[in-house]
Amino acid sequence: MLREPDLETATRSAEETRALGEALGRVLGAGAVVCLVGELGAGKTVLAQGIARGLGVREQVTSPSFVLIREYRGRLPVYHMDLYRLACPAELEELGPDEYFYGDGVTLVEWADAVRDRLPEDHLRVELARPAAEAGPQPAGEDENVRRVRVWARGAGTGGPDHRGYLERLREAVTTC
Amino acid sequence: MRQPDQGALVLGIETSCDETAAAVVTAGAEIRANVIASQVDLHRRYGGVVPEVASRQHVPAVLPVVDTALREAGAGPESLAAVAVTRGPGLVGALLVGVAAAKGLALAWGVDLVGVNHLEGHVYSARLEDPGLAPPYLCLIVSGGHTDLVWVEADGRYRLLGRTRDDAAGEAFDKSARVMGLGYPGGPAIDRAAAGGDPEAVPFPRAMLEDPSLDFSFSGLKTAVVQFYRRARAAGKEPPLADVAASFQQAVVDVLVKKTIRAARETGASRVAVVGGVAANSVLRRDMAAAAARAGLALTIPRPALCTDNAAMIAYAGYHRWRLGHRDDLSLDVRANLPLETGAGAAQEPAGAVANPTG
Repeated sequence: MLREPDLETATRSAEETRALGEALGRVLGAGAVVCLVGELGAGKTVLAQGIARGLGVREQVTSPSFVLIREYRGRLPVYHMDLYRLACPAELEELGPDEYFYGDGVTLVEWADAVRDRLPEDHLRVELARPAAEAGPQPAGEDENVRRVRVWARGAGTGGPDHRGYLERLREAVTTC
Repeated sequence: MRQPDQGALVLGIETSCDETAAAVVTAGAEIRANVIASQVDLHRRYGGVVPEVASRQHVPAVLPVVDTALREAGAGPESLAAVAVTRGPGLVGALLVGVAAAKGLALAWGVDLVGVNHLEGHVYSARLEDPGLAPPYLCLIVSGGHTDLVWVEADGRYRLLGRTRDDAAGEAFDKSARVMGLGYPGGPAIDRAAAGGDPEAVPFPRAMLEDPSLDFSFSGLKTAVVQFYRRARAAGKEPPLADVAASFQQAVVDVLVKKTIRAARETGASRVAVVGGVAANSVLRRDMAAAAARAGLALTIPRPALCTDNAAMIAYAGYHRWRLGHRDDLSLDVRANLPLETGAGAAQEPAGAVANPTG
């Protein structure tokens, strides 16, 4: 059972989701691992595009589903993983994940729950969900573009990348804009 | 350099995703053998390509597939000008199997080794279908991993005009098929399910049509399919699968056709090729043919067996790279995200550039 999220907010459009990602990307440091969780169409790739932009990536960030991982260069290296196709956690090993997780870049992991036990203890978990989807049948006109975004900072954060610090700086960015 | 005649043979090896394939093709674009050991049945059980399964299955399959191709072609190693192999883009573990096999064979047989970009292979598949097709022409590469509009200036010279900003068209087919409860691969499954369906039943979005660029976006369409089903199920009235599949398929096809015709107009192209796995889709073939005819464009779409991943296209692209003087040594590596531009080879290097500065 998950504890209460450290940060909860909402976006009303793909553009807002991308802007939230950008705010997060701006505060991340080397070694950061960000797990993106949510169902098909929840906006994981949109958020990843924003994070990459916030990290100074100018290239177009596209879905890595086909090749499992794409690499970009911003102010830090950005590794964008998509584990949608993995059938079992052991298959992650083929990518040599530790070189990414414990490297000097930022690793974004879509469908991270497929390898929950294999992730570094220190990471940020970002869940995207449609409130409309969870409440069951909606009255007509319900805005399906709304996403609830919940963020958890995981791990002790001693010595390694400061995920709790990243989260606090994201909180400042979210509350001031 | 030995000057090739039209009968010069090239062996191609392709293991970038879920097919283990080998083929023998002549300089004159004649396919002597085209062998594929597919893992589709294996992956269907998981609903997608499983990379570890993919590379493990390539290992026992690759040499028997090569043997079969040579036997069918009636060709011995001594008759080969080169061994061509896919070095990317694709799954790293899967690519490594083909490249390791190609290196070993080239070394053992004393023939040239040529690394090939998988996308360049797709570009050349159009010229296997129509050997009269010559650059310059416009090429739409549309597959599970790519949706690229490419201007083919000359052999080995490419200019990217537009590409997807998120999901590839084939990826949209695969993921939407899963939402519709259809199997893997999603393209053929949706094509079959859509037969007899009403393509106007559901008004799915046609993204990026108003955008002045030649880029694509299919992520929103996938999301629209998810939302459509949620709404329909909540309301307790799920429409016939054939209608949903036909409507989805038409939305993808409309965007691909309109952007391709617009690109032809903007580039002044008179010839257009549509290649890659999604080019096997029956409605895309039908609608692209009609639109090209209206626009006065000559259109080449390879037969379906040359649209999906195959080694004949790798052999033929490899032959052209070899003809342009490109050779690889045993340091040939694989790249998951190899872009078409750098896979273009010697012809694209600026004058005076050293192809391999460390070699």
